[in-house]
Amino acid sequence: MRMQTRIRIAAAAVGAACALGAAGAHAQAQGKVQFFPVLSGRTGPVAPNATPWANGHNDYMKLVNARGGINGVMTLVEECETAYATDRGVECYERLKGKHGGATVFQPLSTGITFALTEKIPADKIPMITSGYGRSDSADGTIFKWNFPLIGHYWVAGDTALQHIANKEGGWDKLKGKKVAVVYHDSPFGKELLPIIQARASMHGFQMQLLPVPAPGVEQKAIWLQVRQQRPDWVIMQTWGVMTPTAIKEAVATGYPRDKIVGTWWSGAEPDLRDVGEAAKGYNAVMMQHGTGFDSPVVKEILEKVHAKGQGTGPKEEVGTVLYMRGVVGAMLAVEGARAAQERFGKGKPVTGEQARWGYENLNLTQARLDALGFKGVMRPVSTSCADHMGSAYARVHTWDGKQFQWSSDWLQADDQIIKPMVRSSAEKYAAEKKLERRAPSDCQS
Amino acid sequence: MLYRENGQFKTSYRADAAVLPIRQDRILMGVLLAFAFVVVPFVGSEYAFRALLIPFLIYALAAIGLNLLVGYCGQISLGTGAFMAVGAYAAYNLVVRVPQLNFLVVLVLAGGCSAVFGILFGIPSLRIKGLYLAVATLAAQFFVDWMFARVKWFTNYSTSGSVSTAPVELFGMVFESPAQKYLLVLSIVVVLTLAAKNLVRGHVGREWMAIRDMDVAAKVIGIRPVYAKLTAFAVSSFIVGIAGALWGFVHLGSWEPAAFNLNVSLRLLFMIIIGGMGSLLGSFFGAAFMWFLPILLNQLPTALGLPLSTAMIAHLELMIVGALIVFFLIVEPHGLARLWAIGKEKLRLWPFPH
Repeated sequence: MRMQTRIRIAAAAVGAACALGAAGAHAQAQGKVQFFPVLSGRTGPVAPNATPWANGHNDYMKLVNARGGINGVMTLVEECETAYATDRGVECYERLKGKHGGATVFQPLSTGITFALTEKIPADKIPMITSGYGRSDSADGTIFKWNFPLIGHYWVAGDTALQHIANKEGGWDKLKGKKVAVVYHDSPFGKELLPIIQARASMHGFQMQLLPVPAPGVEQKAIWLQVRQQRPDWVIMQTWGVMTPTAIKEAVATGYPRDKIVGTWWSGAEPDLRDVGEAAKGYNAVMMQHGTGFDSPVVKEILEKVHAKGQGTGPKEEVGTVLYMRGVVGAMLAVEGARAAQERFGKGKPVTGEQARWGYENLNLTQARLDALGFKGVMRPVSTSCADHMGSAYARVHTWDGKQFQWSSDWLQADDQIIKPMVRSSAEKYAAEKKLERRAPSDCQS
Repeated sequence: MLYRENGQFKTSYRADAAVLPIRQDRILMGVLLAFAFVVVPFVGSEYAFRALLIPFLIYALAAIGLNLLVGYCGQISLGTGAFMAVGAYAAYNLVVRVPQLNFLVVLVLAGGCSAVFGILFGIPSLRIKGLYLAVATLAAQFFVDWMFARVKWFTNYSTSGSVSTAPVELFGMVFESPAQKYLLVLSIVVVLTLAAKNLVRGHVGREWMAIRDMDVAAKVIGIRPVYAKLTAFAVSSFIVGIAGALWGFVHLGSWEPAAFNLNVSLRLLFMIIIGGMGSLLGSFFGAAFMWFLPILLNQLPTALGLPLSTAMIAHLELMIVGALIVFFLIVEPHGLARLWAIGKEKLRLWPFPH
């Protein structure tokens, strides 16, 4: 009797699994789709920050489908959890790249994974968008054919952060003799920021103090003690994940004025500051393009067409927050590149990764186009080319008022005069190391 | 029945001292090697090579290295990740600074650097034992993390502290396709496993085991602890260093010091504990367990079509792997290799037990 029950239960379980499997397969077999893989970080040291990103990305993809897809081609998303670990990220990349007709583009959301994937994507012919992270030198599209640090990279963030500081001080010349401390994640993510600060420091004669924080960064007493001793005039923070709120709490504990701290793009979102609340009032962060977007048309549309129908990926409260918007913008860039590629390779047909690459290289998002997509007030035009894989170098600063972020500066544009040569020389060094040739001009026209 | 060695007579010392004295083992190993070398390269998918087999083989190699030290010589080490890092960065620097070197030479030299480093950090083992030694080797881990993050020369002054390598080139052949890389790694792993097997069968291995079992007694019968312990550190680090170089060059292609952090050391230690201390086969079992199982668990819900969130799947994976580790340690503290041995024992009589 017992045996029979067991067999029955097993049979039922197998049956249910088959049915579910069939249902899953059915959902995938709805004809042509454009597949956007997601390397998520919903667990691990960056979970509070990476989760809204993934939710925003997926919600926008659902919105694209609700709007009728990319010229009729529906988007499809599949996640793979990396927990911010490079080896798992590589495994996820290998797992997802060939699924559902091939990946369109990867957005790894981790500098470590970006470095590892940069070696793999040229062979697989899959582009990679690394907005605001990854390799800054990959903005040089003539060497990094498959990388797209769209709308900015670390050096843009660093330069605009310093511009903000200079504005507050009353000009670059006032920076002479001042001391700027950089608290950074002790990894390629953190170190990538340093060259631009160094370049500016030697230009304007301010002193740079380096304060590396070992990952994951939940223990920073010693570092902030140094800040207290040295009393830098400004602190720039290049932190990510649980490291940021810890840093801000320590700044509060040591009494360092919060309005003298400028975070970069990854160190200025709600999950970082919510716990500190009022005490963090005055904290600044440089936002490349977008910040919060509660009032933007695209958020209203997501609430109406996705969340109101019970299809929201995450909680409703998070829609419009900084990192959620970053996911939305990332998804929008990914989709618009595929749309641009469709214009060239055939409207209404899914594009391959290789075709999508052309789309990202020839992206031209005018203000009118952005407004039509619902990004009015969220961001400025982006236009890429073979030589420039970044497309825009604008940022604004927002300041925490104790409850939420408020814009506190005008648009700042990173100085091309400084950044371009840095990108170029760094990319050349990479090419020499890898024995790569610069792309021929004819390759750019194709 | 399947595994009966009755009737297999060893008529010479040579036959008696063979690596695989039982015929069934020889056949099994032959088939396995033939399968791995001939069949797998043709049938394996790119995913299987790049995400499963290559990392598994490299981890197995590192686990073998660690097993020589911990399992055979009884010297606990928490610095395996550091020795891997030394191997990887040594190989990187050799390739960058002396580009004309053959990659195999680079590997051996990288292993050599790692061996020197291992000897240095093995010196404390002459005075301290057990947990204290574990802490001393932990120092190696932190020192190496610091060194490769701070001393810019090692990373060729890369701004981000991350290094990247060109594809491996050997005898005019560029190893770019996943199957080629797999064969390269497989060959190196097979050669080094055979070398390790012969070492542990020979007088060196016996010295290690004597030290492991009781160092005072070993001293009494004339084994020099200095020599035995330091050779164990050297050989172990040599193999681990080569594994590190392969991890960097063949698997990742670009890495940062965090690729060889304490997590890697701990994971390797788990591998040999679960696989079986003092067993080369166990190193393979342990590596398979720790590399394949999480990935399998991560994919299972999606494959079955279970509507679980990504975060939930990730948490389930951690919980199940953790529970299984505890389960195996309770049920079979000697590891999966011991289970395999028990299985073989049973197969001698199966299907007609007494």
